[in-house]
Amino acid sequence: MQGPSISPADRQRRLDAILERHGKARTELVQILREAQEPEGWIRPEAVTTIARALKLPRARVEGVAGFYGFLHVRPGGRYRLRFSDNITDRMAGSEALLARICELLWVERGRTSEDGLVSVDTTSCTGMCDQGPALLVNGWAIPRLNRERVEQIAELVRAGQPVAQWPRELFAVEDNIRRADILLGARLAPGEAIRAALARGSGSLRESASNERSWREAIEIAPQGPRAVLEELKLSNLRGRGGAGFTTGLKWEACAAAPATPRYVVCNADEGEPGTFKDRVLLASHADLVLDGMTVAAYAVGARHGYVYLRGEYRHLLAPLQATLDRRRRDGLLGASICDWPGFDFDITVHLGAGAYVCGEESALIESLEGKRGVPRNRPPYPVTSGYLKQPTVVNNVETFCAAALIAVRGGEWYRGVGTARSAGSKILSVCGDCARPGIYEYPFGTRVAQVLDDCGAESTQAVQVSGASGICIDATEFDRRIAFEDLPTAGAFMVFDETRDMFEVARNFVQFFAHESCGFCTPCRVGTTLVRKLMDKLAAGLGSPHDLAQIVDINRVLQSASHCGLGHTACNPVLDTMKRFRPAYEQRMVSLDFAPAFDLDGALARARAMTGRDDPGAHLAAMPWA
Amino acid sequence: MSAPAGGTFVLDGEEVTFVAGQTVMQAALAAGRYVPHLCYHPEFRPHGSCKVCTLKVDGRWVTSCTLPAAAGMRVESRGEEIDEMRRTLVQMLFVEGNHFCPSCEKSGDCRLQAVAYDVGMMTPRFDHFYPDRAVDASHPDILLDFNRCILCELCVRASSEVDGKGVFALSGRGITKHLVVNSESGRLADTDIAVTDKALEVCPVGVILRKRVGFAVPIGQRRYDREPAADQALRDAPRPPAGAAQGAEG
Repeated sequence: MQGPSISPADRQRRLDAILERHGKARTELVQILREAQEPEGWIRPEAVTTIARALKLPRARVEGVAGFYGFLHVRPGGRYRLRFSDNITDRMAGSEALLARICELLWVERGRTSEDGLVSVDTTSCTGMCDQGPALLVNGWAIPRLNRERVEQIAELVRAGQPVAQWPRELFAVEDNIRRADILLGARLAPGEAIRAALARGSGSLRESASNERSWREAIEIAPQGPRAVLEELKLSNLRGRGGAGFTTGLKWEACAAAPATPRYVVCNADEGEPGTFKDRVLLASHADLVLDGMTVAAYAVGARHGYVYLRGEYRHLLAPLQATLDRRRRDGLLGASICDWPGFDFDITVHLGAGAYVCGEESALIESLEGKRGVPRNRPPYPVTSGYLKQPTVVNNVETFCAAALIAVRGGEWYRGVGTARSAGSKILSVCGDCARPGIYEYPFGTRVAQVLDDCGAESTQAVQVSGASGICIDATEFDRRIAFEDLPTAGAFMVFDETRDMFEVARNFVQFFAHESCGFCTPCRVGTTLVRKLMDKLAAGLGSPHDLAQIVDINRVLQSASHCGLGHTACNPVLDTMKRFRPAYEQRMVSLDFAPAFDLDGALARARAMTGRDDPGAHLAAMPWA
Repeated sequence: MSAPAGGTFVLDGEEVTFVAGQTVMQAALAAGRYVPHLCYHPEFRPHGSCKVCTLKVDGRWVTSCTLPAAAGMRVESRGEEIDEMRRTLVQMLFVEGNHFCPSCEKSGDCRLQAVAYDVGMMTPRFDHFYPDRAVDASHPDILLDFNRCILCELCVRASSEVDGKGVFALSGRGITKHLVVNSESGRLADTDIAVTDKALEVCPVGVILRKRVGFAVPIGQRRYDREPAADQALRDAPRPPAGAAQGAEG
């Protein structure tokens, strides 16, 4: 945690220890930078040079990696960095007023560092605490459920210079808020149960712990052997990826297993950055064994010896508990050599902490980041299943997908596909937040209607629901009969509720700001296009809009859809297009002209001249001019 | 992986022959068919970031400089829809930086300017961003004017792959993405760059400039004044040796 000043010799010792611990490996660069930053909240220029030398990389490359991630800094900020989560749900819960309040209390401007270097206050993209927002991060540690008292308490602690490690623990308490459990959250499997079931399935022997899988027993006669059996079971289940894209998991694993190169890797995508999503946080906090069981089953199926959990930086608080769980599993023979006493089944897992980059949720960008690089999506093909981590065959799956796979290993594919709809097997965990009485985690079989979810979470006078986050789809009250399913409303889990009092234009504008902030900047259309759309939305918000601006957004969207390098650009305009279609008046009321209006406000530009000359008479305003 | 044989695909109604390992754009250029591009350079591995070479293959939008050519593809690279797309991308590159052609010493030698003419760009269309970017004049012989950077990474690639130095890298993200140089001070003078480096030669715009030679060649007699970008790209395109039907390296 951040203490006062540290001597240069001390700094050097710490840095050397970090470099040693990571074996001076280039793949560890993001981890090294993150740890090097911890004592002082930024990475000094000489530290960048030392790291570059140790890793035998050009210094500029190391600086470039540090510069990519929102939570890494090569310039000093406050000793306390407060970052308010800036999702629309945080704003709806009053985050902007609380941010203003703490700035007032601490005598600091938003986006700046206080004169004494004590504190800086800014916003950050959704931190995944939407069911208990508004939330902030202090030096990377999450504090949910902000209110006036908490903000005053935080300001007091900052002013007192109290190290964050000594702040009251209850400030950092994060709740699970599981409101509805179904097959997955209600499974209550013992740690390792899924691995043992997978091994039993592969060996063709009956399990002692068999419970209710008649179909599995019947199939045993003709069952294939070894990992093949697990792959077949997974294919039979029709499980599709839970991260959003919905690729069939069994086919992904099979392709990886069939790739000739070794070693192969299993990666768990816990970079849950989609605004409004927080289910993976809960799974990792309270069902970590199920996630790790799923990864281990995957390792068995594809023949991997090493796995990674890519944990988003915002979930820093989960790192130590996860590592403790990994240690326990090693002691219990569920990780390491000869897992479950199965000779030759060796597998271990490392947790890699992200550093504030939404785009790293894209699997190839995630792999780049795991390799210690800037999180820029790769050109595809080749796909990760043949050329992923270190160009080796790699399975990348969402946290929830691994949980479902573990469940399938125990209960069987036939059973699993019996839940949900014909084309969407199993259950889906939703992160419900926004205007409802009971925000939190809801697990439903696929095929559940939106209206049902709204009912269960206590939503009233609902105007719209944003399904699957900023990159998802916005639906209005006429569509609440639609179903959560790949064939109707596919979702990565976010479910944000907006009641009739909400301005849907501002919802869309928040998402547009998010995409502009999170674009990796690799390709022209996304780098420039997302900022162009943000500026056009700001122009509309300022009351200077015209239909021409809406037409521009439609045109820019076409370019983003067709020419962007990855899904971020493809979906960046969705929130605007969806709300424009369904909530047109929210846009029209902001237009000053039915034709065209310039973004430049001539009279507004004169304000400075008026201030300097001390004039405010009619003659100093354009409107008073005879030609105006 | 076994190298697939070459073959032919159809580009705007005409058959184009390719050898295995060529991308759609490489095959098109080698066959004398121009596809506008900025971040692609025949001497470097395709990058795929500027997206100006975007076209349609079998009805789907793709980046032609990175997509491996395959037999039987139906490639469309002409038409108002595609032209408009490319024009918009070039306009985006103009408004995100500070490009003032009339006062730029690279005018006439600038690829961005040449490609803008090429795709028929008449206005910037969008409001300029007017970013605040400092120049670096610290080096005695080389000037860096970041105002004109289009982030093609050619200097990054050239410095690392050809010069073996790593003088340039990218930092930042999104619209704040920018070039950095390899020194603790952040100044070019403190790097090991030399005027003979490939990194200087490949800059398509006016970022990396040799000092004191800016106007040695008068405007009107410069690279793209003499010959349009399209003709030069076709002339410079690597062509497989005659008779090479397959087995070329990727």
